[in-house]
Amino acid sequence: MATLREVKKRIKSVKSTRRITSAMEMVAAAKLRRAQQRVEQARPYAEKMDEMLKHLAAGSQGEISHPYFEEREIKKKLLVVITSDRGLYGSYNSNIIRHATIWLDENKDFGMELVLVGKKGNDFFKRRPYPIVGYYHDWGGVLDYSKAKDIVQFLTNRFVQKDVDEITLLYTRFLSMVKYRVTFEKYLPIPRPETAVDTEETMSDYIFEPNAEQIYASLMPGYATTKLVTALAESFASEHGSRMIAMNAATKNAGEMIDNLTLDYNKARQAQITKELLEVVAGAEALKG
Amino acid sequence: MFRLSIVTPEKVFYEADIKSLVVPGTEGYLGVLSNHAPLITALKPGRIEFRDANDKVNIMAVSGGFLEVSNNIATILADAVELADEIDIERAQQAYEREKKRLVSAGSGETDIDLPSVRAALERAKNRIRVYKETH
Repeated sequence: MATLREVKKRIKSVKSTRRITSAMEMVAAAKLRRAQQRVEQARPYAEKMDEMLKHLAAGSQGEISHPYFEEREIKKKLLVVITSDRGLYGSYNSNIIRHATIWLDENKDFGMELVLVGKKGNDFFKRRPYPIVGYYHDWGGVLDYSKAKDIVQFLTNRFVQKDVDEITLLYTRFLSMVKYRVTFEKYLPIPRPETAVDTEETMSDYIFEPNAEQIYASLMPGYATTKLVTALAESFASEHGSRMIAMNAATKNAGEMIDNLTLDYNKARQAQITKELLEVVAGAEALKG
Repeated sequence: MFRLSIVTPEKVFYEADIKSLVVPGTEGYLGVLSNHAPLITALKPGRIEFRDANDKVNIMAVSGGFLEVSNNIATILADAVELADEIDIERAQQAYEREKKRLVSAGSGETDIDLPSVRAALERAKNRIRVYKETH
């Protein structure tokens, strides 16, 4: 059995670890609240934009002419993998990376390019044989608009200039405080909006100022940005949520460990006292003799 | 009366029944009253003006976006909006000077400047200052 002093040292170290994990849990909870708010506040905009695009498509009789819709034969695909910058997020990053490798394996017949968001993705993929054409890091779990716009700019250029023929986002969708889902979402080409779903009779009477084509031209970049920003916002919320859960588990485990160690410590102490008593008694016996 | 909702990427900025609305369309300012025909238009930087249910006139600066009107619902998707009373005029002026300088340095041969985005930023700053001056 470990000596008293050793056990005491371990208890102290586990206690300080627990302090850290519980502090991290609280920080993550605070960040999560903010991130969650952000996700929820951004939703109406994305929804209205979807709606407007649908009306636009219906009103212009499906004559969509914008490069983002162009579907062509797929020779090369691009995958955007959204991970976190740092560790201690439980299974958050490994889930994403696992799905990414499976997807890459399934699509190995196509040319492939990767765009990585977050350092963890880069740590994994820099040693693999896939060309990384874009790498965006140091987010700190906060959505940076100008950075997001840079990514959008890069991705849309890549698609419009026909360097790649399909772009997919891989991110973690935030369903609830304790539920996250790894999600693949087709980014470009944008699926043609359903025109038949809406049956309002006013549909085809829309006035477009100046005309549908120009509205498409100004709407689509915003649409592309919104989609990516939504994916990022959902990912960051999931990131903070995952950390909160991971740190909560760690704190609980540390507590359990402290209990066990305290038991060990008490046993060791008792054993020592017993041993000392025996020695005293034995000594007394010897003197009597 | 018809419903107006102004939505930005950050939040729902305004949502209520109003009496009239004027927005900066790409082809010029246009007014919307109840029972307007269905319409979709892009917006350029300018001022949004609407009269709410209590006949109070509200003025705000918008940096661009879209307007959709249908079934007595007007939806404005704005890149950014600010109430005229909440415009930070100093910041707007600083932005104006900064962008102007960049435009000048781009003119004198500096190449790594994204001209369209500088022009757009300049336009936004000018718009803020204009709306502020019109209302103060």
